[in-house]
Amino acid sequence: MNELIRLLAYMLCIAAFLGLNLAYLGWVERKGAGHFQRRTGPKEVGPYGLLQPLADGLKLMSKQLVVPANADKLIYMAAPVLIMVPSVTLFVAIPFGENLVPREFNFGLIMMFAFASVAGLSILIGGWGSGNKYSLIAGTRAVSQNIAYEIPMLLTAINIVMISGSLDLNEIIRQQGSYIWNWNVFRLDKSILMPVSFLVFFICSVAETNRTPFDMGECEGELVAGYHTEYGGMGFGLYMMAEYANLVIGASLITILFLGGWQSPIGILPGPHWFLLKMYFLIWVFVWIRWTFPRTTFWGLLNLSWKYLIPFAMVNLLLTALFIKVI
Amino acid sequence: MSGYFKDIVTGLKSLVVGMQITNKEFFTKPITLQYPHQSVKMYPRYRGHIELVKDPETGRNRCICCGMCEKGCPSGCITVKSEKKPGVKGKVLTAYILNFTTCSLCGQCVENCKPEAINFSNEYNLASTRREDYIFDLLQKLHPEGVPEPEVDPELLKKEQEKEEAAKKAAAEKKAAAAKKEAAPKAPAKEGGESKAEEKS
Ligand code: SF4
Ligand code: SF4
Repeated sequence: MNELIRLLAYMLCIAAFLGLNLAYLGWVERKGAGHFQRRTGPKEVGPYGLLQPLADGLKLMSKQLVVPANADKLIYMAAPVLIMVPSVTLFVAIPFGENLVPREFNFGLIMMFAFASVAGLSILIGGWGSGNKYSLIAGTRAVSQNIAYEIPMLLTAINIVMISGSLDLNEIIRQQGSYIWNWNVFRLDKSILMPVSFLVFFICSVAETNRTPFDMGECEGELVAGYHTEYGGMGFGLYMMAEYANLVIGASLITILFLGGWQSPIGILPGPHWFLLKMYFLIWVFVWIRWTFPRTTFWGLLNLSWKYLIPFAMVNLLLTALFIKVI
Repeated sequence: MSGYFKDIVTGLKSLVVGMQITNKEFFTKPITLQYPHQSVKMYPRYRGHIELVKDPETGRNRCICCGMCEKGCPSGCITVKSEKKPGVKGKVLTAYILNFTTCSLCGQCVENCKPEAINFSNEYNLASTRREDYIFDLLQKLHPEGVPEPEVDPELLKKEQEKEEAAKKAAAEKKAAAAKKEAAPKAPAKEGGESKAEEKS
Protein backbone atom coordinates (compact mmCIF):
# COMPACT_ATOMS: atom_id res chain seq x y z
CA MET A 1 0.00 0.00 0.00
CA ASN A 2 2.79 2.34 0.97
CA GLU A 3 4.54 1.50 -2.26
CA LEU A 4 1.43 2.30 -4.25
CA ILE A 5 1.03 5.74 -2.68
CA ARG A 6 4.66 6.42 -3.32
CA LEU A 7 4.28 5.41 -6.95
CA LEU A 8 1.22 7.61 -7.42
CA ALA A 9 2.88 10.56 -5.74
CA TYR A 10 5.91 10.11 -7.94
CA MET A 11 3.86 9.96 -11.10
CA LEU A 12 1.86 13.03 -10.18
CA CYS A 13 4.82 15.10 -9.08
CA ILE A 14 6.97 14.17 -12.03
CA ALA A 15 4.15 14.86 -14.46
CA ALA A 16 3.57 18.27 -12.90
CA PHE A 17 7.28 19.08 -12.67
CA LEU A 18 7.96 17.95 -16.21
CA GLY A 19 4.91 19.64 -17.68
CA LEU A 20 5.77 22.94 -16.09
CA ASN A 21 9.42 22.69 -16.98
CA LEU A 22 8.95 21.62 -20.56
CA ALA A 23 6.47 24.41 -21.19
CA TYR A 24 8.33 27.16 -19.45
CA LEU A 25 11.84 26.21 -20.45
CA GLY A 26 10.66 26.84 -23.98
CA TRP A 27 9.52 30.25 -22.86
CA VAL A 28 12.82 30.87 -21.05
CA GLU A 29 14.73 29.83 -24.10
CA ARG A 30 12.80 32.15 -26.38
CA LYS A 31 13.06 35.04 -23.97
CA GLY A 32 16.77 34.37 -23.60
CA ALA A 33 17.23 34.08 -27.33
CA GLY A 34 15.52 37.40 -27.74
CA HIS A 35 17.36 39.34 -25.10
CA PHE A 36 20.78 37.92 -25.95
CA GLN A 37 20.27 39.41 -29.38
CA ARG A 38 18.59 42.60 -28.20
CA ARG A 39 15.13 41.49 -29.18
CA THR A 40 12.25 41.06 -26.77
CA GLY A 41 11.10 37.49 -27.27
CA PRO A 42 7.44 36.54 -26.84
CA LYS A 43 5.43 39.34 -25.26
CA GLU A 44 2.01 39.42 -26.86
CA VAL A 45 0.25 36.46 -25.23
CA GLY A 46 -0.28 37.29 -21.58
CA PRO A 47 1.99 39.51 -19.48
CA TYR A 48 5.61 39.08 -20.64
CA GLY A 49 4.33 36.43 -23.03
CA LEU A 50 3.82 34.07 -20.11
CA LEU A 51 0.86 32.37 -21.73
CA GLN A 52 2.80 31.72 -24.92
CA PRO A 53 3.60 28.04 -24.08
CA LEU A 54 -0.13 27.46 -23.59
CA ALA A 55 -0.93 29.00 -26.94
CA ASP A 56 1.83 26.97 -28.60
CA GLY A 57 0.58 23.77 -27.01
CA LEU A 58 -2.97 24.41 -28.14
CA LYS A 59 -1.81 25.11 -31.64
CA LEU A 60 0.33 21.99 -31.83
CA MET A 61 -2.42 19.81 -30.41
CA SER A 62 -5.02 21.04 -32.85
CA LYS A 63 -2.91 20.10 -35.85
CA GLN A 64 -3.48 17.09 -37.97
CA LEU A 65 -0.88 14.34 -37.86
CA VAL A 66 0.25 13.85 -41.41
CA VAL A 67 2.28 10.76 -42.25
CA PRO A 68 4.45 11.26 -45.34
CA ALA A 69 3.69 8.91 -48.22
CA ASN A 70 6.99 7.03 -48.19
CA ALA A 71 7.45 6.98 -44.44
CA ASP A 72 7.59 3.79 -42.42
CA LYS A 73 4.37 4.39 -40.61
CA LEU A 74 4.94 2.36 -37.46
CA ILE A 75 8.45 3.64 -36.85
CA TYR A 76 7.42 7.15 -37.78
CA MET A 77 4.66 7.21 -35.19
CA ALA A 78 6.67 5.42 -32.53
CA ALA A 79 9.80 7.59 -32.63
CA PRO A 80 8.47 10.70 -30.84
CA VAL A 81 7.01 8.52 -28.10
CA LEU A 82 10.22 6.55 -27.86
CA ILE A 83 12.27 9.67 -27.37
CA MET A 84 10.00 10.86 -24.60
CA VAL A 85 9.95 7.60 -22.64
CA PRO A 86 13.58 7.41 -21.50
CA SER A 87 13.60 11.11 -20.66
CA VAL A 88 10.62 10.75 -18.39
CA THR A 89 11.80 7.48 -16.91
CA LEU A 90 15.14 8.96 -15.93
CA PHE A 91 13.54 11.27 -13.41
CA VAL A 92 12.92 8.24 -11.24
CA ALA A 93 16.56 8.19 -10.20
CA ILE A 94 17.31 11.87 -9.73
CA PRO A 95 17.77 12.82 -6.07
CA PHE A 96 16.30 16.30 -5.75
CA GLY A 97 16.90 16.27 -2.01
CA GLU A 98 18.41 13.93 0.53
CA ASN A 99 15.04 12.25 1.03
CA LEU A 100 13.35 13.58 -2.06
CA VAL A 101 14.22 10.88 -4.51
CA PRO A 102 11.53 8.78 -6.23
CA ARG A 103 13.59 5.63 -5.91
CA GLU A 104 17.11 5.10 -4.74
CA PHE A 105 19.01 2.86 -7.11
CA ASN A 106 22.44 1.68 -6.18
CA PHE A 107 23.31 1.73 -9.87
CA GLY A 108 21.66 5.09 -10.66
CA LEU A 109 24.56 6.45 -12.67
CA ILE A 110 24.65 3.49 -15.03
CA MET A 111 20.92 3.71 -15.47
CA MET A 112 21.25 7.34 -16.41
CA PHE A 113 23.70 6.64 -19.18
CA ALA A 114 21.87 3.56 -20.37
CA PHE A 115 18.60 5.40 -20.84
CA ALA A 116 20.25 8.49 -22.22
CA SER A 117 21.59 6.50 -25.13
CA VAL A 118 18.10 5.28 -25.97
CA ALA A 119 17.27 8.89 -26.77
CA GLY A 120 19.99 8.89 -29.42
CA LEU A 121 18.50 5.74 -30.88
CA SER A 122 15.04 7.27 -31.12
CA ILE A 123 16.47 10.21 -33.01
CA LEU A 124 17.90 7.79 -35.53
CA ILE A 125 14.60 5.94 -35.73
CA GLY A 126 12.74 9.18 -36.30
CA GLY A 127 15.12 10.14 -39.08
CA TRP A 128 14.90 6.71 -40.66
CA GLY A 129 11.14 6.37 -40.42
CA SER A 130 10.45 9.73 -42.04
CA GLY A 131 11.57 8.42 -45.41
CA ASN A 132 13.36 11.67 -46.10
CA LYS A 133 17.04 11.82 -46.95
CA TYR A 134 17.67 14.93 -44.87
CA SER A 135 16.08 13.39 -41.83
CA LEU A 136 18.15 10.27 -42.31
CA ILE A 137 21.39 12.22 -42.62
CA ALA A 138 20.48 14.17 -39.51
CA GLY A 139 19.68 10.98 -37.64
CA THR A 140 23.00 9.36 -38.50
CA ARG A 141 24.83 12.53 -37.62
CA ALA A 142 23.16 12.73 -34.25
CA VAL A 143 24.05 9.14 -33.50
CA SER A 144 27.69 9.41 -34.49
CA GLN A 145 27.89 12.56 -32.43
CA ASN A 146 26.32 10.86 -29.44
CA ILE A 147 28.77 7.99 -29.70
CA ALA A 148 31.72 10.34 -29.98
CA TYR A 149 30.66 12.31 -26.94
CA GLU A 150 29.56 9.44 -24.78
CA ILE A 151 33.14 8.21 -24.50
CA PRO A 152 34.67 11.26 -22.78
CA MET A 153 31.48 11.66 -20.77
CA LEU A 154 31.73 8.13 -19.42
CA LEU A 155 35.46 8.46 -18.81
CA THR A 156 34.87 11.52 -16.63
CA ALA A 157 31.96 9.83 -14.91
CA ILE A 158 34.29 6.95 -14.02
CA ASN A 159 36.46 9.55 -12.27
CA ILE A 160 33.62 10.40 -9.99
CA VAL A 161 32.80 6.76 -9.41
CA MET A 162 36.40 6.10 -8.47
CA ILE A 163 36.42 9.01 -6.05
CA SER A 164 33.18 8.18 -4.31
CA GLY A 165 33.30 4.42 -4.74
CA SER A 166 29.60 4.25 -5.50
CA LEU A 167 27.20 4.31 -8.42
CA ASP A 168 24.39 5.54 -6.23
CA LEU A 169 23.62 9.13 -7.15
CA ASN A 170 22.52 10.07 -3.65
CA GLU A 171 25.66 8.54 -2.19
CA ILE A 172 27.78 10.54 -4.63
CA ILE A 173 26.12 13.71 -3.41
CA ARG A 174 26.44 12.73 0.24
CA GLN A 175 30.16 12.28 -0.14
CA GLN A 176 30.58 15.81 -1.43
CA GLY A 177 30.62 17.94 1.68
CA SER A 178 28.41 20.87 2.40
CA TYR A 179 30.92 23.55 1.44
CA ILE A 180 31.76 24.69 -2.03
CA TRP A 181 35.36 23.41 -1.86
CA ASN A 182 34.11 19.94 -1.03
CA TRP A 183 32.27 19.61 -4.31
CA ASN A 184 33.75 17.38 -6.95
CA VAL A 185 34.64 20.31 -9.22
CA PHE A 186 37.08 21.67 -6.67
CA ARG A 187 38.30 18.49 -5.04
CA LEU A 188 41.87 19.04 -6.08
CA ASP A 189 43.06 16.54 -3.50
CA LYS A 190 41.51 13.78 -5.59
CA SER A 191 42.91 14.99 -8.85
CA ILE A 192 44.31 18.36 -9.76
CA LEU A 193 42.51 18.17 -13.08
CA MET A 194 39.01 18.04 -11.56
CA PRO A 195 37.93 21.46 -12.98
CA VAL A 196 39.06 20.31 -16.41
CA SER A 197 37.09 17.16 -15.89
CA PHE A 198 34.06 19.26 -15.11
CA LEU A 199 34.57 21.26 -18.28
CA VAL A 200 34.86 18.09 -20.36
CA PHE A 201 31.67 16.72 -18.84
CA PHE A 202 29.89 20.01 -19.41
CA ILE A 203 30.86 20.18 -23.08
CA CYS A 204 29.79 16.58 -23.53
CA SER A 205 26.43 17.35 -21.96
CA VAL A 206 25.86 20.16 -24.44
CA ALA A 207 26.66 17.74 -27.24
CA GLU A 208 24.54 14.95 -25.76
CA THR A 209 21.50 17.16 -25.55
CA ASN A 210 22.00 18.05 -29.22
CA ARG A 211 22.12 21.76 -28.61
CA THR A 212 23.90 24.50 -30.48
CA PRO A 213 26.87 24.67 -31.12
CA PHE A 214 26.56 20.91 -31.50
CA ASP A 215 23.08 20.67 -33.00
CA MET A 216 24.14 18.47 -35.88
CA GLY A 217 20.86 16.62 -35.62
CA GLU A 218 18.84 19.70 -36.41
CA CYS A 219 20.95 21.91 -38.59
CA GLU A 220 18.39 24.33 -39.90
CA GLY A 221 19.73 25.66 -43.14
CA GLU A 222 21.53 22.44 -44.00
CA LEU A 223 19.02 19.70 -43.32
CA VAL A 224 15.76 21.69 -43.25
CA ALA A 225 14.97 20.86 -39.62
CA GLY A 226 16.95 17.67 -39.19
CA TYR A 227 15.41 14.51 -37.87
CA HIS A 228 12.04 16.10 -37.14
CA THR A 229 11.59 17.70 -40.56
CA GLU A 230 8.62 15.52 -41.39
CA TYR A 231 6.93 15.85 -38.04
CA GLY A 232 4.10 18.25 -37.44
CA GLY A 233 1.66 18.82 -34.63
CA MET A 234 2.26 16.88 -31.46
CA GLY A 235 4.97 14.69 -33.05
CA PHE A 236 7.09 17.77 -33.32
CA GLY A 237 5.85 18.90 -29.92
CA LEU A 238 7.07 15.67 -28.33
CA TYR A 239 10.48 16.10 -29.90
CA MET A 240 10.67 19.62 -28.57
CA MET A 241 9.57 18.52 -25.11
CA ALA A 242 12.07 15.69 -25.12
CA GLU A 243 14.80 18.18 -25.92
CA TYR A 244 13.97 20.17 -22.81
CA ALA A 245 13.55 17.04 -20.72
CA ASN A 246 17.03 15.98 -21.78
CA LEU A 247 18.25 19.44 -20.93
CA VAL A 248 16.87 19.14 -17.41
CA ILE A 249 18.41 15.69 -17.05
CA GLY A 250 21.78 16.85 -18.37
CA ALA A 251 21.85 19.79 -16.00
CA SER A 252 20.77 17.58 -13.12
CA LEU A 253 23.53 15.10 -13.86
CA ILE A 254 26.19 17.81 -13.83
CA THR A 255 24.72 19.15 -10.61
CA ILE A 256 24.80 15.71 -9.01
CA LEU A 257 28.23 14.65 -10.16
CA PHE A 258 30.16 17.88 -9.86
CA LEU A 259 28.23 20.55 -8.02
CA GLY A 260 27.16 18.67 -4.92
CA GLY A 261 23.49 18.15 -5.74
CA TRP A 262 21.34 19.30 -2.84
CA GLN A 263 24.37 20.25 -0.72
CA SER A 264 24.57 23.86 0.26
CA PRO A 265 27.60 25.84 -0.90
CA ILE A 266 27.85 27.75 2.38
CA GLY A 267 27.08 24.94 4.77
CA ILE A 268 23.55 25.94 5.77
CA LEU A 269 20.14 24.60 4.85
CA PRO A 270 20.92 21.81 2.41
CA GLY A 271 17.87 20.81 0.43
CA PRO A 272 16.10 20.62 -2.91
CA HIS A 273 16.19 24.39 -3.38
CA TRP A 274 19.95 24.26 -3.84
CA PHE A 275 19.56 21.46 -6.32
CA LEU A 276 17.02 23.41 -8.34
CA LEU A 277 19.07 26.59 -8.12
CA LYS A 278 22.16 24.89 -9.49
CA MET A 279 20.19 23.03 -12.12
CA TYR A 280 18.44 26.12 -13.42
CA PHE A 281 21.66 28.07 -13.41
CA LEU A 282 23.22 25.40 -15.60
CA ILE A 283 20.20 25.42 -17.88
CA TRP A 284 20.58 29.16 -18.17
CA VAL A 285 24.21 28.69 -19.17
CA PHE A 286 23.07 26.17 -21.79
CA VAL A 287 20.68 28.76 -23.18
CA TRP A 288 23.36 31.40 -23.04
CA ILE A 289 25.76 29.18 -24.96
CA ARG A 290 23.15 28.28 -27.51
CA TRP A 291 22.45 31.87 -28.43
CA THR A 292 26.09 32.92 -28.42
CA PHE A 293 27.89 30.44 -30.59
CA PRO A 294 27.26 29.39 -34.16
CA ARG A 295 27.13 25.72 -35.08
CA THR A 296 30.45 23.93 -35.56
CA THR A 297 31.14 21.84 -38.60
CA PHE A 298 30.62 18.13 -38.27
CA TRP A 299 34.31 17.64 -38.77
CA GLY A 300 35.16 20.14 -36.05
CA LEU A 301 32.75 18.45 -33.71
CA LEU A 302 34.33 15.01 -34.03
CA ASN A 303 37.76 16.58 -33.96
CA LEU A 304 37.01 18.24 -30.64
CA SER A 305 35.86 14.99 -29.15
CA TRP A 306 38.60 12.66 -30.37
CA LYS A 307 41.54 15.04 -30.23
CA TYR A 308 40.79 17.09 -27.14
CA LEU A 309 38.10 15.73 -24.87
CA ILE A 310 39.00 12.05 -24.91
CA PRO A 311 42.75 12.55 -24.29
CA PHE A 312 42.01 14.94 -21.47
CA ALA A 313 39.47 12.60 -19.94
CA MET A 314 41.98 9.75 -20.11
CA VAL A 315 44.79 11.76 -18.56
CA ASN A 316 42.45 12.82 -15.82
CA LEU A 317 41.41 9.24 -15.23
CA LEU A 318 45.05 8.18 -14.82
CA LEU A 319 45.75 11.11 -12.52
CA THR A 320 42.77 10.31 -10.34
CA ALA A 321 43.82 6.69 -10.11
CA LEU A 322 47.30 7.81 -9.13
CA PHE A 323 46.03 10.25 -6.50
CA ILE A 324 43.73 7.69 -4.97
CA LYS A 325 46.46 5.06 -4.85
CA VAL A 326 49.22 7.34 -3.54
CA ILE A 327 47.43 9.72 -1.22
CA MET B 1 52.61 19.93 -29.34
CA SER B 2 52.84 23.54 -28.15
CA GLY B 3 50.40 24.45 -30.90
CA TYR B 4 47.94 21.97 -29.42
CA PHE B 5 47.79 23.68 -26.05
CA LYS B 6 47.90 27.11 -27.59
CA ASP B 7 44.82 26.16 -29.61
CA ILE B 8 42.99 25.17 -26.47
CA VAL B 9 43.88 28.36 -24.64
CA THR B 10 43.01 30.71 -27.49
CA GLY B 11 39.88 28.71 -28.23
CA LEU B 12 38.63 28.92 -24.68
CA LYS B 13 39.50 32.59 -24.51
CA SER B 14 37.50 33.34 -27.65
CA LEU B 15 34.54 31.44 -26.21
CA VAL B 16 34.67 33.52 -23.05
CA VAL B 17 34.84 36.73 -25.07
CA GLY B 18 31.78 35.66 -27.05
CA MET B 19 29.85 34.85 -23.90
CA GLN B 20 30.74 38.22 -22.43
CA ILE B 21 29.43 40.00 -25.49
CA THR B 22 26.06 38.27 -25.40
CA ASN B 23 25.89 38.81 -21.67
CA LYS B 24 26.35 42.52 -22.20
CA GLU B 25 23.69 42.55 -24.90
CA PHE B 26 21.34 40.70 -22.59
CA PHE B 27 21.30 43.58 -20.16
CA THR B 28 20.96 46.34 -22.75
CA LYS B 29 17.56 47.49 -23.84
CA PRO B 30 16.06 45.64 -26.81
CA ILE B 31 15.91 47.67 -29.98
CA THR B 32 12.89 45.89 -31.39
CA LEU B 33 10.31 48.17 -32.89
CA GLN B 34 6.88 46.76 -32.01
CA TYR B 35 5.62 47.18 -35.54
CA PRO B 36 1.86 47.18 -35.47
CA HIS B 37 1.96 49.36 -32.36
CA GLN B 38 4.83 51.54 -33.51
CA SER B 39 6.19 52.24 -36.95
CA VAL B 40 9.36 53.74 -38.31
CA LYS B 41 9.58 57.17 -39.84
CA MET B 42 10.29 56.61 -43.48
CA TYR B 43 13.29 58.20 -45.17
CA PRO B 44 12.46 61.21 -47.35
CA ARG B 45 13.87 59.48 -50.40
CA TYR B 46 11.52 56.53 -50.07
CA ARG B 47 9.33 56.11 -53.15
CA GLY B 48 5.82 55.24 -52.11
CA HIS B 49 2.79 55.69 -54.33
CA ILE B 50 2.48 59.13 -55.87
CA GLU B 51 0.60 61.92 -54.18
CA LEU B 52 -0.53 65.39 -55.16
CA VAL B 53 1.61 68.21 -53.82
CA LYS B 54 -0.06 70.86 -51.73
CA ASP B 55 0.99 74.33 -52.73
CA PRO B 56 2.00 76.03 -49.48
CA GLU B 57 0.73 79.40 -50.77
CA THR B 58 -2.74 78.48 -51.88
CA GLY B 59 -3.26 75.28 -49.91
CA ARG B 60 -4.51 73.58 -53.07
CA ASN B 61 -3.00 71.21 -55.57
CA ARG B 62 -0.88 72.54 -58.40
CA CYS B 63 -2.29 70.33 -61.12
CA ILE B 64 -3.15 72.07 -64.37
CA CYS B 65 -4.94 69.04 -65.71
CA CYS B 66 -2.70 68.76 -68.74
CA GLY B 67 -2.95 64.96 -68.64
CA MET B 68 0.72 64.40 -69.33
CA CYS B 69 1.04 62.03 -66.39
CA GLU B 70 -1.88 60.02 -67.66
CA LYS B 71 -0.38 59.81 -71.13
CA GLY B 72 3.12 59.01 -69.89
CA CYS B 73 2.18 56.26 -67.50
CA PRO B 74 3.34 52.96 -69.03
CA SER B 75 0.85 51.00 -66.97
CA GLY B 76 -2.06 53.29 -67.67
CA CYS B 77 -3.01 53.53 -64.05
CA ILE B 78 -3.74 57.25 -63.82
CA THR B 79 -7.04 58.84 -64.67
CA VAL B 80 -7.24 62.63 -64.45
CA LYS B 81 -10.76 64.04 -64.36
CA SER B 82 -11.25 67.76 -64.80
CA GLU B 83 -13.85 70.29 -65.76
CA LYS B 84 -14.18 73.92 -66.59
CA LYS B 85 -15.60 76.03 -63.80
CA PRO B 86 -16.95 79.55 -64.25
CA GLY B 87 -14.58 82.23 -63.08
CA VAL B 88 -11.55 79.96 -62.74
CA LYS B 89 -8.55 80.16 -65.01
CA GLY B 90 -7.80 76.87 -66.73
CA LYS B 91 -9.37 73.57 -65.87
CA VAL B 92 -10.15 72.38 -62.37
CA LEU B 93 -9.14 68.94 -61.13
CA THR B 94 -12.17 67.01 -59.90
CA ALA B 95 -10.61 63.60 -59.37
CA TYR B 96 -7.16 62.10 -59.69
CA ILE B 97 -7.59 58.32 -59.71
CA LEU B 98 -4.50 56.19 -59.20
CA ASN B 99 -4.89 52.46 -59.66
CA PHE B 100 -2.02 51.38 -57.45
CA THR B 101 -2.48 47.68 -58.23
CA THR B 102 -0.73 48.14 -61.57
CA CYS B 103 1.61 51.00 -60.74
CA SER B 104 5.25 50.01 -61.13
CA LEU B 105 6.55 53.07 -59.29
CA CYS B 106 8.58 53.97 -62.36
CA GLY B 107 8.27 57.68 -61.78
CA GLN B 108 7.32 58.64 -65.33
CA CYS B 109 4.35 60.59 -64.08
CA VAL B 110 6.45 62.64 -61.67
CA GLU B 111 8.98 63.19 -64.40
CA ASN B 112 6.32 64.32 -66.86
CA CYS B 113 4.58 66.78 -64.64
CA LYS B 114 5.64 70.28 -65.60
CA PRO B 115 4.28 72.20 -62.60
CA GLU B 116 5.60 69.54 -60.19
CA ALA B 117 2.13 68.81 -58.98
CA ILE B 118 2.84 65.18 -58.04
CA ASN B 119 5.53 63.55 -55.99
CA PHE B 120 6.31 60.26 -54.28
CA SER B 121 4.74 59.86 -50.87
CA ASN B 122 6.32 58.20 -47.85
CA GLU B 123 3.38 55.90 -47.33
CA TYR B 124 4.31 52.24 -46.81
CA ASN B 125 1.61 50.85 -44.54
CA LEU B 126 -0.59 49.67 -47.38
CA ALA B 127 -1.52 46.13 -46.48
CA SER B 128 -5.05 45.14 -47.33
CA THR B 129 -6.98 42.10 -48.38
CA ARG B 130 -9.22 43.95 -50.82
CA ARG B 131 -8.17 45.02 -54.27
CA GLU B 132 -10.48 48.04 -54.20
CA ASP B 133 -8.44 49.51 -51.36
CA TYR B 134 -5.67 50.25 -53.83
CA ILE B 135 -7.65 52.51 -56.07
CA PHE B 136 -6.93 55.90 -54.60
CA ASP B 137 -8.40 59.25 -55.35
CA LEU B 138 -5.34 61.33 -54.72
CA LEU B 139 -7.39 64.50 -54.56
CA GLN B 140 -9.39 63.06 -51.67
CA LYS B 141 -6.15 61.98 -50.05
CA LEU B 142 -4.74 65.47 -50.34
CA HIS B 143 -7.81 66.99 -48.74
CA PRO B 144 -9.26 64.36 -46.45
CA GLU B 145 -11.49 66.95 -44.79
CA GLY B 146 -13.12 67.88 -48.10
CA VAL B 147 -11.89 69.35 -51.34
CA PRO B 148 -11.95 73.17 -51.18
CA GLU B 149 -13.74 75.11 -53.88
CA PRO B 150 -11.45 76.67 -56.45
CA GLU B 151 -10.72 80.37 -56.11
CA VAL B 152 -12.98 82.44 -58.29
CA ASP B 153 -11.49 85.48 -59.97
CA PRO B 154 -14.33 88.08 -60.07
CA GLU B 155 -12.82 89.96 -63.00
CA LEU B 156 -12.49 86.79 -64.97
CA LEU B 157 -15.98 85.78 -63.99
CA LYS B 158 -17.35 89.10 -65.20
CA LYS B 159 -15.46 88.83 -68.45
CA GLU B 160 -16.64 85.31 -68.92
CA GLN B 161 -20.22 86.26 -68.23
CA GLU B 162 -19.99 89.12 -70.67
CA LYS B 163 -18.52 86.83 -73.22
CA GLU B 164 -21.23 84.31 -72.62
CA GLU B 165 -23.90 86.89 -72.97
CA ALA B 166 -22.32 88.15 -76.17
CA ALA B 167 -22.20 84.62 -77.42
CA LYS B 168 -25.82 84.12 -76.50
CA LYS B 169 -26.76 87.31 -78.23
CA ALA B 170 -24.87 86.30 -81.31
CA ALA B 171 -26.56 82.93 -81.29
CA ALA B 172 -29.95 84.50 -80.88
CA GLU B 173 -29.21 86.90 -83.74
CA LYS B 174 -28.04 84.05 -85.87
CA LYS B 175 -31.16 82.14 -85.04
CA ALA B 176 -33.31 85.05 -85.87
CA ALA B 177 -31.46 85.52 -89.14
CA ALA B 178 -31.86 81.85 -89.93
CA ALA B 179 -35.56 82.06 -89.18
CA LYS B 180 -35.82 85.03 -91.48
CA LYS B 181 -34.02 83.14 -94.17
CA GLU B 182 -36.29 80.16 -93.72
CA ALA B 183 -39.30 82.34 -94.11
CA ALA B 184 -38.06 83.34 -97.57
CA PRO B 185 -38.46 80.70 -100.32
CA LYS B 186 -35.25 78.80 -100.95
CA ALA B 187 -33.80 75.84 -102.84
CA PRO B 188 -33.66 72.56 -100.80
CA ALA B 189 -30.03 71.79 -101.79
CA LYS B 190 -28.78 75.01 -100.25
CA GLU B 191 -30.57 74.29 -97.00
CA GLY B 192 -28.67 70.97 -96.56
CA GLY B 193 -25.30 72.68 -97.04
CA GLU B 194 -26.15 75.28 -94.46
CA SER B 195 -27.13 72.76 -91.80
CA LYS B 196 -23.84 70.93 -92.35
CA ALA B 197 -21.88 74.10 -91.74
CA GLU B 198 -23.84 74.70 -88.56
CA GLU B 199 -22.94 71.26 -87.28
CA LYS B 200 -19.31 71.93 -87.88
CA SER B 201 -19.31 75.14 -85.90
S1 SF4 C 1 4.92 55.69 -61.22
FE1 SF4 C 1 4.89 54.94 -63.31
S2 SF4 C 1 3.38 53.30 -63.29
FE2 SF4 C 1 3.07 54.46 -61.39
S3 SF4 C 1 1.49 55.95 -61.92
FE3 SF4 C 1 3.47 56.97 -62.29
S4 SF4 C 1 3.90 56.59 -64.45
FE4 SF4 C 1 2.28 55.16 -63.85
S1 SF4 D 1 1.12 66.01 -65.47
FE1 SF4 D 1 0.95 67.12 -63.53
S2 SF4 D 1 -0.25 68.91 -64.08
FE2 SF4 D 1 -0.52 67.49 -65.74
S3 SF4 D 1 -2.40 66.36 -65.21
FE3 SF4 D 1 -0.67 65.19 -64.38
S4 SF4 D 1 -0.47 65.93 -62.33
FE4 SF4 D 1 -1.72 67.43 -63.34
